[in-house]
Amino acid sequence: MFKSLAPPEYLATIDTVKCIRCKRCILNCGWGVYSWGGDKVLIATSKCVKCLRCYHYCPEEAIQIHDNPTRFKANACWGYNNIRNIKRQAESGGIPLTGMGSDLPYPILFDNLLIDACQVTNPSIDPLREPMELRTYLGKKPSSVSFVDDKDGHVRLKEKMPPQIKLSMPVMFSPMSFGSISLNAQKVLAIAAKECGIVMNTGEGGLHEDLFPYRENIIVQVASGRFGVNPDYLNAGVAVEIKIGQGAKPGIGGHLPGEKIPLEVARARMIPVGTDALSPAPQHDIYSIEDLRQLIYAIKEATNYKPVSVKIAAVHNVAAIASGIVRAGADIVYLDGFRGGTGAAPTIIRDHLGIPIEHAIAAVDDRLRQEGIRNEASIIAAGGIRSSADAAKAIALGADAVAIATTALITMGCTVCGKCYTGNCSWGITTQRPELTARLDPEVYAERLINLVHAWEHELKEILGALGINAIESLRGNRERLRGVGLDTQTLDILGVKPAGR
Amino acid sequence: MTEINAKGLRFKELNEKIRAAVAKGEKEITVKGVNGQYYIGDGLRGTATIALDGVPGNDLAAFMDGPTIVISGNAQDNIGNTMNSGRVVVKGSAGDVLGYGMRGGRIHVLGDVGYRVGIHMKGLKKQSPTIVVGGKAGDFFGEYMAGGVLILLGLNEKDGATLAGDYLGTGMHGGAIYIRGAVDKGFCGAEVGITEPDAEDLATIKEAVGEFCKDFGLKPEEVMKKPFKKLYPASLRPYGNLYAY
Amino acid sequence: MNHNYQKDISGCGLTGLINKKRRRVSGSEIVKSLCLMNDRGNGLGAGYAAYGIYPDMADFYAFHVMYDDPGMRHEVEDHLRGNYHVEKTEEIPTAPVKAIHISPLLMRYFVRPLKERLAGGIGSDDYVVNTVMRINSESGGAFVFSSGKNMGTFKGVGNPADIARFFRIEEYEGYIWTAHTRFPTNTPGWWGGAHPFALLDWSIVHNGEISSYGINKRYLEMYGYKLTLLTDTEAAAYMLDLLIRRHGITVKTACQALAAPFWKRIDAMPEAEKEALTALRQTYGSALLNGPFSILFGHAKGLVGINDRIKLRPLVAATHGAFTYMASEESAIREICPKPDKVWSPRAGEPVIAELE
Repeated sequence: MFKSLAPPEYLATIDTVKCIRCKRCILNCGWGVYSWGGDKVLIATSKCVKCLRCYHYCPEEAIQIHDNPTRFKANACWGYNNIRNIKRQAESGGIPLTGMGSDLPYPILFDNLLIDACQVTNPSIDPLREPMELRTYLGKKPSSVSFVDDKDGHVRLKEKMPPQIKLSMPVMFSPMSFGSISLNAQKVLAIAAKECGIVMNTGEGGLHEDLFPYRENIIVQVASGRFGVNPDYLNAGVAVEIKIGQGAKPGIGGHLPGEKIPLEVARARMIPVGTDALSPAPQHDIYSIEDLRQLIYAIKEATNYKPVSVKIAAVHNVAAIASGIVRAGADIVYLDGFRGGTGAAPTIIRDHLGIPIEHAIAAVDDRLRQEGIRNEASIIAAGGIRSSADAAKAIALGADAVAIATTALITMGCTVCGKCYTGNCSWGITTQRPELTARLDPEVYAERLINLVHAWEHELKEILGALGINAIESLRGNRERLRGVGLDTQTLDILGVKPAGR
Repeated sequence: MTEINAKGLRFKELNEKIRAAVAKGEKEITVKGVNGQYYIGDGLRGTATIALDGVPGNDLAAFMDGPTIVISGNAQDNIGNTMNSGRVVVKGSAGDVLGYGMRGGRIHVLGDVGYRVGIHMKGLKKQSPTIVVGGKAGDFFGEYMAGGVLILLGLNEKDGATLAGDYLGTGMHGGAIYIRGAVDKGFCGAEVGITEPDAEDLATIKEAVGEFCKDFGLKPEEVMKKPFKKLYPASLRPYGNLYAY
Repeated sequence: MNHNYQKDISGCGLTGLINKKRRRVSGSEIVKSLCLMNDRGNGLGAGYAAYGIYPDMADFYAFHVMYDDPGMRHEVEDHLRGNYHVEKTEEIPTAPVKAIHISPLLMRYFVRPLKERLAGGIGSDDYVVNTVMRINSESGGAFVFSSGKNMGTFKGVGNPADIARFFRIEEYEGYIWTAHTRFPTNTPGWWGGAHPFALLDWSIVHNGEISSYGINKRYLEMYGYKLTLLTDTEAAAYMLDLLIRRHGITVKTACQALAAPFWKRIDAMPEAEKEALTALRQTYGSALLNGPFSILFGHAKGLVGINDRIKLRPLVAATHGAFTYMASEESAIREICPKPDKVWSPRAGEPVIAELE
């Protein structure tokens, strides 16, 4: 066979002196990098993705995975990946796929924003010993409420509130379908969501019966492929999400490769085993904003008016689109920035379409306020939320809550190698191969995810305490407590944030 | 038997009345004066039969799970959206995007249907959705089809007439389309194979045509006289080579 | 929405009183009470608000306007004449005070919106609010610092005693008084920046810096308020106007939005009340005044004192017969009411509501 002219990305090496020939690396690698050569482990390094499963399970630290030092001649214009992708395309005629969020060095505005703290004129608050509230309700709020006093002088609500989703903190798990990730990975999310009082999202792959006990902590998704959507499904969670787009691949559909469609996934999706599961680029019942309204209300009619979330990718005209979504009757607008992750997307789309989440939050929050309809829907921000600081900044810019996916997967062992689309994930996350998924014990890994969420909860409380506020709603949209560093005037203007020093 | 007058009612009020009647255990419901109300029968369960007099609005029978809806005249767009089970009978013609993502049950349209009908239909062994169209269909008939059965009869067409539009079965990766008449390969999606129906196919067609004819008082023997073509997914993975791994 | 502002920060002391039977008392009382707390201010701002001081003009909105630029006077008066019936125009009486070298031109107008201006169905209160927002945000150099009926505010740069003498506070008689001494940290003295802050019948004096100001401001802007002063006090005043006057919520419930009970407390309430307060917090999360504050706010029907929900600023209340007193310090009350019937420190977030009979 013609040897690929695209050199391997990584060099997997084994120190044969240290190696005790235990073959754990062979067992653990989902990619087939290692094989037994009679007296030593053989290495097919071109298959290596640097997921570090083998390194982690090598008892002797004998394994090292290096970035391949053999590179094309350095060139500021023709980068390594430019040349490599051209060679791959020349060999396959195909569209290079990728997983996770874009790894190109676009500016990350979260890293140019700093949070305020109290000194003298207003006091900071001690979050460990004094009350600190992160509880968040997602859903449509009236602009005002009316009360009547009952005979005991207690207030009573005159009209019922629209349905709300209660979160113990303004963080939730982003949609990831059964199919794109393993059932065990979904279980990790479900267990952690329940324990932490937040929600997970099924993504577009139906709801496996094993997740039924977690319905109070689940949002079900309806996307263009309509996989697994039936009346039971629509009513199975606390809300229904209509997915229009995804930050990593705005404007294009979903494509779950046949490698990830074994019998159980096929059954949940009602499609043949081993076929590629296609989610069309548009929802074919939505070609215009009035059609979105039609689907929103079709779902509300079918669910006795559960909250409906509409997820869109952050694109250039996001503010006007979001305004239309709110006016179409959505209770929640989910904004997915272009750094958001994916299980499979054409690299060219992931790396070049959309806008960052920071701009999108600011633009949407501003627009909804200008139009006097900010109360009509909650805003969820997603797409590259890496830490509680990112979360706090997103909320200060105007989001009600943030959604995390990559972060959650990292707690399960993910190293963001970006090869989710192959179905070979050695950590048992983005694969359906039973011998790999069995590695991801839901109970064990849920504990790690719960730890992470609790850690972020403490950090958010510390941030609020430093800001001298004891409820998350006082941070939401409070851009006065952010300052920009190294941002140009126009960007500051878009973000509605002053530069540091002002 | 319950009769509801829909004249002047908003969709929400009308649906509430229908739901209340179904909840009471009513099996025969007639709705008079329907004109444009969306979402009739959305997510509705049970086994009631609802007869609609007039032109109902979009998204009729979306997510429906069991009941039968009979429409005296034409129907608009998005009928049977993601429908789970039950039956929709349209005595006139129906609009675009009929049976989108349909998962089960039957939709029978005596007249013509619009663009993108039966797209992304699903199917499991026991649960297989069926759409039978008496007339002709627009473009993208059976796009992304992943399961179920689509039948196009062209009852009033001359021999050799083309019954479906362009891009027929484009992206098809499951299920079957049966067309009673000629199929031009040039109008089919690249992912579609064309063949003669075998005995099993003919049994499927016969059963579906029989059900269809029951609704409209037609004779199945007459309909079955003309030959059918079968369209099937040429590959389970039509885009297997599109991507570089 | 302009985000490029510098927020105004100050500490302070405040005091207020009300006679529920509408017995009017001289301003000298409140001046005495405020002057006791001189150490809470730094001489860069003081002010007074009084209710019941214009009984003969009670049907007219009393606009108090300060002109930093006297040239603006004609423009503002033209605007008023074009849209309002102007019953009376006069300078606000002042007395020479040695420490106050310079003051803006201070005018007072008693006005009522012309009937034809209300033809579109807008209420006269809303019409007045629009006028105030417009003059204060657009004119530059003219500032309406009081716009209620039968009430007025008097404020400026100076210490409490000097400002009182300057405005001849002792000559007014009112049944509700509030007063404020200020400790600004950063602003050069501007007379408009002093407290009380007033809009329609609302007058607010406030101590502390509200840490949630940024979102409170943006929330109010969504409802058409223009926050020109960049002070927490202004935000608090507009918030009360929005909740109580425009949304029709009672004073007590509005206070529960501004200083919301903790979820822990709400969760433990009986079902109906829990539902009501949950809805209140869900709806008015952006109205929560978070951070240290104590506020006195006067309105046409009474006086309310409230502090933040973890008590980061002081507030003391007392009653004596028909009088209710509220102040930053007990001594400020004792100075004018040595033997009150009852003295107490309200719990965090629990409003003291005193209403006229």
